[in-house]
Amino acid sequence: MDKMIEVNDLSFSFGSGELKNTVLKNVDLTIHAGEIVIMTGPSGSGKTTFLTIIGALRQATEGHVCVIGQQLVNSSEYAKVKIRQQIGYIFQQHNLLKSLTAVQNVAMALEMHPGLSETQRLQRSADMLCSVGLDDRLYYKPDQLSGGQRQRVSIARALVGKPKIVLADEPTASLDKHSGQDAVGVLKKLAKEAGTTILLVTHDYRILDIADRIVELEDGIIK
Amino acid sequence: MNPYNYFYFPGRLAWRQLVFDKTKLFAAICGVLFACVLVFMQLGFKDSLYNSAASAPLKMNGDLFLMHKQTEAMWRPTRFNRSELMRTLGHPDVASAYPMYLSLAQFKNIETQTKRTLMVYGYDPDADLLAVEAIIEKRTELRLKDTALFDESSRPEFGPMRALLDAGKNSTEINDYKLKIIGLFRLGVSFAADGNVMTSDQNFLRIFSDRRADQIDIGIIKVRPGSDVKKVQADLKSRLNEFVNIFTYDELVQYEKSYWENTAPIGFIFGFGTIMGLVVGMVIVYQILFTDITNHLNEFATLKAMGYKHGYFIRVVFASAFFLAILGFLPGFLMSLGLYRLAESQTFMPMPMTPHKVFTVFLFILSMCASAGLLAMRKLKAASPADMF
Repeated sequence: MDKMIEVNDLSFSFGSGELKNTVLKNVDLTIHAGEIVIMTGPSGSGKTTFLTIIGALRQATEGHVCVIGQQLVNSSEYAKVKIRQQIGYIFQQHNLLKSLTAVQNVAMALEMHPGLSETQRLQRSADMLCSVGLDDRLYYKPDQLSGGQRQRVSIARALVGKPKIVLADEPTASLDKHSGQDAVGVLKKLAKEAGTTILLVTHDYRILDIADRIVELEDGIIK
Repeated sequence: MNPYNYFYFPGRLAWRQLVFDKTKLFAAICGVLFACVLVFMQLGFKDSLYNSAASAPLKMNGDLFLMHKQTEAMWRPTRFNRSELMRTLGHPDVASAYPMYLSLAQFKNIETQTKRTLMVYGYDPDADLLAVEAIIEKRTELRLKDTALFDESSRPEFGPMRALLDAGKNSTEINDYKLKIIGLFRLGVSFAADGNVMTSDQNFLRIFSDRRADQIDIGIIKVRPGSDVKKVQADLKSRLNEFVNIFTYDELVQYEKSYWENTAPIGFIFGFGTIMGLVVGMVIVYQILFTDITNHLNEFATLKAMGYKHGYFIRVVFASAFFLAILGFLPGFLMSLGLYRLAESQTFMPMPMTPHKVFTVFLFILSMCASAGLLAMRKLKAASPADMF
């Protein structure tokens, strides 16, 4: 199986000198194509930092991080932007654009894909929203949707570009049990259909059952 | 990404974000509108000043004009010898040469008896030195002793002259000299004089008893049809004393305008007002764009995490600035148009809305919004997805 994410000996710290605060210590992790991996751990264990490094949002300087064949440690801004475009990101808060309808929000992920017409973009976005069960909410703005619906829109947004990897940061944190399980259930179903790799960070133990593998991070060390 | 989408996508997002919050959009438009109206009014008053300053020279009926070199503007002339003007008649191409007398004087309001300063023009009525139809028609009556014509565009403080004349009240005083107003004409007021009176040279000398016929303010020369004005001007220049200026019609108008533009501080005052209007407008737009970016920081960071480049957000901010400029300019232009009419009716000075002015103000507003966008842009750097999530 292809290695989608390969992390060797990754260390990361905030600040410098006496205020230096090490968050990740010599982390090793390999995730293969199509795998669903959940990373758990208490708050402050460095889960989100780890995720932002994988997502090419944060610059790491020590170790090796290879995502979809691209070395991310000490990489250029251009390389990072390229990687971001191939990754679907689901945030703790839904982070939808308030001024756009559900379908427009999803289509934002397709604007960077050349060669699609406006009609095709909207069609694909609408199809994706149907797959997450929001057929009747296409033209609703985020503040007209419930928390669970919003998170499902953002799942649709993360998946619509057919990314090889989806990174999710506490996707159920602001949802109740039922809608949380609904959302990750949809995520798992669609990911398995498309063979998408998922790295999901959470400390919500109610959703651990969707994972192929569970990794625990504590104080910057994988246990 | 193709070049069309390069601007279309960020432009569309900017537009959707603008129209999403109607209240804020309204406030933003008001800010731009305010700056727009302010600049329009400043430029309007400035142009109106220049135009009205030149309203008398514009009506001057002649080819060449003699003025003392010390005369900076027509409202404050330095006198020179009539003989200087008469010498020009020696040139074969000069058809006629007439003196014009000018002076500021106290005019008594027929109704209220209050006195106010206006400009008195005195010249031979048969010479038609001002190309104003109403004056030319009254040529014969103006030859009579103690008669004058009154400028209807004078400020209303001089009294409702038309109504008074209709009621037969036509007797007033200029410089405490009693005379009759026998008709009306239209010339236009300037910043130097709130009104105008035209009378014959003989009556002028009666009103101003200290003035002498051989001390004149302007000499107006007409050349024979078909002769070259520029050549006559050059010939005369070499013959005349060096203390007189000899102007063509265009030079005279320009000379009068440039006095108000440069010598008088008024040009500076309005220029200053224009700049203040733009600065205030820029601060307002900057504030709006800045809070707008702050409010959308979360969204911008999200888009960044999805792989949008920094340049995209710069284009979003510029597009917002551009839309605000357009949306504020259009109502600002219409409102200014109305205010110009209002100001015209209040100040009795012409305030034309020229295409050139519209274009200038639009460029001002556009660059104002663009620089506000430029200032607000540094807030974009805060949209870092790593720090937000």
